[in-house]
Amino acid sequence: MAHHGDHTHDAAHDGHDDHDHKPSGFFERWFCGTNHKDIGTLYLVFSLIMFLVGGSMALVIRAELFQPGMQLVEPDFFNSMTTMHALVMIFGAVMPAFVGLANWMIPMMIGAPDMALPRMNNWSFWIMPFAFALLLSTLFMDGGGPAGGWTLYPPLSIQGGNNVAFVIFAVHMMGISSIMGAINIIATILNLRAPGMDLLKMPVFVWTWLITAFLLIAVMPVLAGSVTMLLTDKYFGTTFFSAAGGGDPVMFQHIFWFFGHPEVYIMILPAFGVASEIIPTFSRKPLFGYQAMVYATASIAFLSFIVWAHHMFTVGMPLGGLIFFMYATMLIAIPTGVKVFNWVATMWRGSMSFETPMLFAVGFVILFTIGGFSGLMLAIVPADFQYHDTYFVVAHFHYVLVTGAIFSIMGAVYYWLPKWTGRMYNETLGKVHFWLSTITVNILFFPQHFLGLAGMPRRIPDYNVAFADFNMISSIGGFAFGLSQLLFAWIIIDVCFLKRGQKATAGVWEGARGLEWTLSSPAPYHSFSTPPKIDDRMLAHGDVAH
Amino acid sequence: MKRLLGQLVVPALTLLVAGGAFANPEPWQLNMTPGVTATSQDVYQLHMLILWICVFIGIAVFGAMFYAMFKFRKSKGAVAARFSHNTTAEVIWTTIPILILLGMAYPATRTLVRMADTGNAELTVKITGYQWKWRYEYLGEDVKFMSSLARAADEARQLGSGIDPHSVENYLLDVDRPLVIPTGTKVRFVITADDVIHAWWVPSLGWKQDAIPGFINEAWTQVDEPGVYRGQCAELCGKDHGFMPIVVVAKPRAEFDAWLAGQKAAQMPAGAVAASAPTATSSGI
Ligand SMILES: [Cu+2]
Ligand SMILES: [Cu+2]
Repeated sequence: MAHHGDHTHDAAHDGHDDHDHKPSGFFERWFCGTNHKDIGTLYLVFSLIMFLVGGSMALVIRAELFQPGMQLVEPDFFNSMTTMHALVMIFGAVMPAFVGLANWMIPMMIGAPDMALPRMNNWSFWIMPFAFALLLSTLFMDGGGPAGGWTLYPPLSIQGGNNVAFVIFAVHMMGISSIMGAINIIATILNLRAPGMDLLKMPVFVWTWLITAFLLIAVMPVLAGSVTMLLTDKYFGTTFFSAAGGGDPVMFQHIFWFFGHPEVYIMILPAFGVASEIIPTFSRKPLFGYQAMVYATASIAFLSFIVWAHHMFTVGMPLGGLIFFMYATMLIAIPTGVKVFNWVATMWRGSMSFETPMLFAVGFVILFTIGGFSGLMLAIVPADFQYHDTYFVVAHFHYVLVTGAIFSIMGAVYYWLPKWTGRMYNETLGKVHFWLSTITVNILFFPQHFLGLAGMPRRIPDYNVAFADFNMISSIGGFAFGLSQLLFAWIIIDVCFLKRGQKATAGVWEGARGLEWTLSSPAPYHSFSTPPKIDDRMLAHGDVAH
Repeated sequence: MKRLLGQLVVPALTLLVAGGAFANPEPWQLNMTPGVTATSQDVYQLHMLILWICVFIGIAVFGAMFYAMFKFRKSKGAVAARFSHNTTAEVIWTTIPILILLGMAYPATRTLVRMADTGNAELTVKITGYQWKWRYEYLGEDVKFMSSLARAADEARQLGSGIDPHSVENYLLDVDRPLVIPTGTKVRFVITADDVIHAWWVPSLGWKQDAIPGFINEAWTQVDEPGVYRGQCAELCGKDHGFMPIVVVAKPRAEFDAWLAGQKAAQMPAGAVAASAPTATSSGI
C-alpha cells in the first residue's frame, strides 16, 4: 500500500475513483479483494439475503399457525423450518451484519487504512456462503433438514438423518469464520488506532465490538466442541450425551449454553454500540456517561459467562444451582439499565431530530427494553417454571433480536449508507419503512406474550382453538412485517444501483461526530492512508475530559 | 362485527377484571393462570409482582423518553446542553435497581425453596415420556398405563383431514386415559423419559419439569379443587411434539381410592393394559 503514501485522505479529499486503485475486474474485486469496505459490503449483502431466506422460513411457520389444524406442511417440515429459521437468522443474518458493519466502520472510526489482516478477512467472509450452502442443502435431502431445534439438544438432534453431519460441519465452518473475524477485529483495534486515539477515546461502537470479539473467541470453540461430541455420538459410537453409555444429555445443554448465552450478547452488544452512535448524533449532544457505557458493556460480557443455566431451569438442577443462576441473571439488569438510562439522559435536553436512523435507534431502545423486562421475568425461577419453552419466551427473544439487534442494524444502515454510497437514501421511504416495521413487528410479537402466558408451548405446528385468535393476529403481523422488509431492500437498491438521491456531504448529519465523518462521502477506497489528527471535539462522546 | 366485538371485548374484560381465574386455556386469555395449587398461586403472585414492577419502571423510563422527544426537539428550537455526566443521577439509577432486585429475589427464593421440597408425599407417580405419549405408574400400587392424544383430535390434526378443529372438544388437549390424582393429598412425581427429552407441564399446577432419558427428576403437587386440568409436552421431542397432551383429573380422596381399586382389579389378572406398553428403561427409583 506504499504507493498510496502520497494521498492524504482528509476531509478535503474527494475520493476520485481513478485514485482509488480498486482491483480492476469484477472477480478480482469481489472474490479476491481484501479491501475492508468491499468485504464489509459482501457481509452486509450476504446478511440481507439470509435475512430474506430466514424470513421466508418464518412465514412458512406463521402460515401454518394462521389457523388451528394442519393445513400446509407436515410436522417434521414445520420443525425443520423452526430449526433452520433460527440457524439462518442467528448465524446468517444477525452475526454477519454486525461483522459487515465492523468491517466497514472500525477502520474508519479509529483512523486506520484497512483491517489489520486483510487476506484473512477475505477468507473469513468466503467461508460463509459455503457453510450456508451446506446447511441449506439439507432441506433437499432425503429425510429433510435438521428438525431438532437450533439448540441441537441430544438425543433428539442425533435422531436426524445425515443432515446432522452437514449441520455440524456447517456450524464448524461458521465458527471458524467468526473466530477469524474476531481475531481480525481485535488486531485492528489494538494495533491500528491512529496516534491519539486512546482506548478510552474510541467510539462506543468500536468498544462494543472489541468486547464482542473477545466473547466470540471465547465461546465459538465451545460450540465447536459440543457439536463435535454430537457428531462422534452419532457416527463413532461415543456416548458423551447418552445415559445408556454413562453420558449425560444435560451436559450438552450446559456446554451449549455456555456458548449460547455469550452468543446472545454477541448479537446485542454491537447493537448497543450502534445506538450509542446514533442517539448522540440526532440529539446533537455528547453521549451521556461514556465510561459508564464501556464498563457496563464489559460487565455484561463478564456476567454472560455465569448465567448460562437460566436457559435450562427445568432440567432438574439442584436448588443451589437454581438460586445462583437466578441471582446472577438478575444482576444483568443493572448494567443493562445503566445503558438505557444513559441513552435517555443523552436525549435529555438535547436538540433532537428524527431522521430514519434516529427513529430506529429510539425504536430499538424502547422495544429492546420491553424484551429486557420479559428477560428479567424469565430470570425468576419459579415464574420461569411456567414461562419456560412457551410463546412467552418466543416473544421475549424476538423483541431482543428483531426489535433489538435487527432494528439497530437497520438504523446503522440508514445512518452510514450515505457515507458508504455518497448518496442520501429516500428519507420518506425510510420513515415509512420504520413505521411499517414498528407497527407490524408489535402485531407479530406482542400477542405471543399472551399465548405463552395462556399456556401455548413453543415449537408446535398446531394448537388448541383457545390460542387461535392471537395466533391469527400474530401471523397477519408476520406477513405484514415480512412484506415491509421488501421496502428496505428497495430503498437500498434505489441508492446503490439506481444511484438516485441527493449527493451526501462528508458530515452527512448535522450532529455527527467521529472520524468517519471527516472522510468524503462516499468514503475513499482506502480509509486513512495517513493517520488523521485526533481532535477530541470531533469524537462522538464530545469534548469531555475523562 | 357485533359478534366479533363480543368475542373480543367481553372475554378480555372478564379476564382483566377476574385476574384470569381459569384452569384451562381460554380464547383471548391474556395472563397466566393462577392455577389450582398453593404453589401455582405463589408463582402467579410472583409473576404479577415482577410484571407490575416492570410496568412501573417502563412507565418511568419511557415517560422520560417521550417527554424528552416532545420537549427537546430541534424543530421547537431546543438548544442542546453539553453535559455528559451526572454522578448523582448515575448513583441513583444504579442503586435503586439493586434494591428492586433484592425485593424480587426474596419472594422468588422463598417460593423456589418450597417448590423444591418433595418430602412427605403420600403418593408417588412415575411419569415417563415417550415419542409421543406419556406413561403413568402409581408406585407401589401396581397400576400403570399409557396416555395418548384422544382419537378425535388425532384424526382432525392430520394434514388435510378436512375436520374443523373447532368441532373437536378440547382439541389437542384431551387424552384417552388421564392421570388421576386425589385432592388434598401431596403427590410426588418422579419424571423420566425413554427416548428423547420431553417436559411435563400442566399450567394449573404451576410448573413444568423436563423428562430426561436415564435421569429422574422430582416434583410435587397438591390439588385441593376437584377438576380436570390440561397441559402439554413442553420440550421439543420430534414430529409429534405438539400432539402429546397431558390431562390430570383430581378426584376427592374416596373417589380416587375407588378408581385406583378399579384399576388394580382391571390390571391384575392379565395386566391387559400395561403389558402391551414397553417398560421404561429403569435407571432405578
Ligand atoms: Cu441466556
Ligand atoms: Cu414434546
